[in-house]
Amino acid sequence: MTCLIKNVTVVDPKNKIHGTMDVLVKDGKIADVKKGLQTDGDVVEGKGRVLVPGLVDMHVHLREPGCEGAETIDSGCRAAAKGGFTGVACMPNTTPPIDSAGTVRYILEKAKSSACRVFPVGTISKERAGKELAPFGELIENGVYGFTDDGSGVMDSGLMRRALEYSKMFNKALMPHEEDELLSAHGAMHEGGVSTRLGIPGIPRAAEECMMERDIRLVKCFGGRLHITHVSTKGGVEIIRQAKAEGLPVTGESAPHYWTLFDKDVNFNTNFKMYPPLRTPEDGEAIIEGLKDGTLDAIVTDHAPHAEANKDVEYNVAAFGIIGLETSLGLVLTTLYHKKILDLEAIIERMSYGPCRILGVENQGIAKGADAHLTLIDLEKEWIVKKEEIVSKSKNSPFIGWSLKGQVVGTMVNGIWTYQINDD
Amino acid sequence: MEWKHKHLLTIEQLSKEDIEYILETAVSFKEISVRSVKKVPTLRGKTIVNFFCEPSTRTRMSFELAAKRLSADMLNVVSSSSSLSKGESLKDTARNIEAMKVDMIIIRHSMPGSAQLLADCVSCSVINAGDGPHEHPTQGLLDAYTIKEKKGRIQGLKVLIVGDIAHSRVARSNIWTLKKLGADVTVVGPSTLIPAEIEKMGVNVSYYLDEEIPKADVINILRIQRERQDRNFFPTLREYIQLFGVSEARLKNAKKDLLIMHPGPANRGVEIDPAVADGPYSVILDQVTNGIAVRMAVLYLVSSVGSSKKVKMKS
Repeated sequence: MTCLIKNVTVVDPKNKIHGTMDVLVKDGKIADVKKGLQTDGDVVEGKGRVLVPGLVDMHVHLREPGCEGAETIDSGCRAAAKGGFTGVACMPNTTPPIDSAGTVRYILEKAKSSACRVFPVGTISKERAGKELAPFGELIENGVYGFTDDGSGVMDSGLMRRALEYSKMFNKALMPHEEDELLSAHGAMHEGGVSTRLGIPGIPRAAEECMMERDIRLVKCFGGRLHITHVSTKGGVEIIRQAKAEGLPVTGESAPHYWTLFDKDVNFNTNFKMYPPLRTPEDGEAIIEGLKDGTLDAIVTDHAPHAEANKDVEYNVAAFGIIGLETSLGLVLTTLYHKKILDLEAIIERMSYGPCRILGVENQGIAKGADAHLTLIDLEKEWIVKKEEIVSKSKNSPFIGWSLKGQVVGTMVNGIWTYQINDD
Repeated sequence: MEWKHKHLLTIEQLSKEDIEYILETAVSFKEISVRSVKKVPTLRGKTIVNFFCEPSTRTRMSFELAAKRLSADMLNVVSSSSSLSKGESLKDTARNIEAMKVDMIIIRHSMPGSAQLLADCVSCSVINAGDGPHEHPTQGLLDAYTIKEKKGRIQGLKVLIVGDIAHSRVARSNIWTLKKLGADVTVVGPSTLIPAEIEKMGVNVSYYLDEEIPKADVINILRIQRERQDRNFFPTLREYIQLFGVSEARLKNAKKDLLIMHPGPANRGVEIDPAVADGPYSVILDQVTNGIAVRMAVLYLVSSVGSSKKVKMKS
């Protein structure tokens, strides 16, 4: 299959391109990148649009196997493609969890026919129970890209030490869910003035910051590579900044809801409930600062689909998590790009190269001979997030009704369009 | 003034005028309870459900008597808060109750926000009789009524709320009510039971009861739950009593016209000494009496909005 994307603004910091040209895709590869290309095959007019290296979301819950009512690999990947993602790392808190070769193979088999690449992440502990080390070697051999007990913190410091030490043989990152469950116990939102007013038990910032400090100290003592997931606090950004200043192999990520929504927005709405919880505008500003200065390497969604039955209940007992794949880029463009906080180069770094580097996925960008993973964007397009247009099986988004500027118009994986918008 | 609220979910959502209107309305209802025939036809033909998902004697009885003295038909539904464990959500239960064509649901539930959740999914009126640690609006109102009855005013009074502020819906509803009516409110308790950033609700915070007592016009003492000790909010009840138990000795420097209040049920000998609970400052039983008048006023006002809407829909 051949496809020529004509007159498109190509932006790729790695290959140092920022200008209008043509991109020819042939047999899954980028055949050429320059002006005035011709083809006998399909032509996509790219005038007024921007073509960037395929976006990758390194923190996604696809829910399969085990919770197919909320999401499947197929539906989650279609949602990802609509959001401009050409790859997603799927978290292992499935049933069964991703702690054995069989489950990894099952996921990769299902992912073969899906709309984006799937990079499974294995568990740190067997059965994600926080007691015994999962078989890292076997999991890597079958195709995992990192390890986490996401959804639960690793409370046992001894186990975390061994996990970091053991991971050194494989050069894969540990991506722990930083939560001291004794500090977050019973909590359902950020602990502060709003939780006090609403009478909702609080989750203090210390619940995640203490665990970050512990894990960074363990890396310093025992080695291993640490990627800190879903940072929500100002203190968390600072902890990572200091670790990086010390030269430790530590990276970090955050998600758009942590700088666009805050605890004051909660008001018992369960679509504003997730772990870590929405914090305060001051935390949001620190996260944006962390994205600007590179303290935070990746923008993720922590896409966490939940069936309505688990959200349409009293706030305290509702499931933690929100979906995010379809709104992520729109939110980033609206709140960071159009406000001139991050330029496209920085956004591509945080949403494509950064995640790939941490996962160990090759990403050559938009260069002759590279695999054709591409995202085509209309930066100026204004659109409204509508519940009925959500592709994910679950609709638990706090952004329904939001007006966003900047939309994905096409997603290409291995030279094939997995998503294309045709509205004009 | 016209009453506009179809539900009574929180005091936070009410204006000062709303609160004053309820308190004024309650004055005229109080008299009914001392008649030999304690009944007026105001809510005849209305069906009210007391939907209590948490143990309660006083509040449930108080609402029931209030409804009956207004001639409403009153049904008590007592269920466990863990209706989820039976596979039925709060919403389902509420919709079932509503399908039986009731005019009002009074809900007590362990989860904050449950009254709002209910109001969002049924078309009848909803009254919050306590939603977890969030609010207990009628308690805030009856406490304000009692203070006003005894003191003639609320504006400018110094009110202490003492005890487990963190887990107390009574504290929150009292803070909103009293602040809106112009009182100076100080919360006093162990630092572990003063919730984060409570100053944002407009109150002062103190850990030192003895320093606060001489300045106080009213002390509202909250029930201390013994199980808090197990979660290390304080080391022992003995130490709690030493620091925060309201005893006669502690009141020796109190103002002569101090009011001692307690929402009940009191742990005598723990947060409040029996001599104080039964002593000259105590208005605890007045609170109970006034609770009925205030709840009659609330049922009456809320019901007036519910029914006028229905009339409009028919015409």
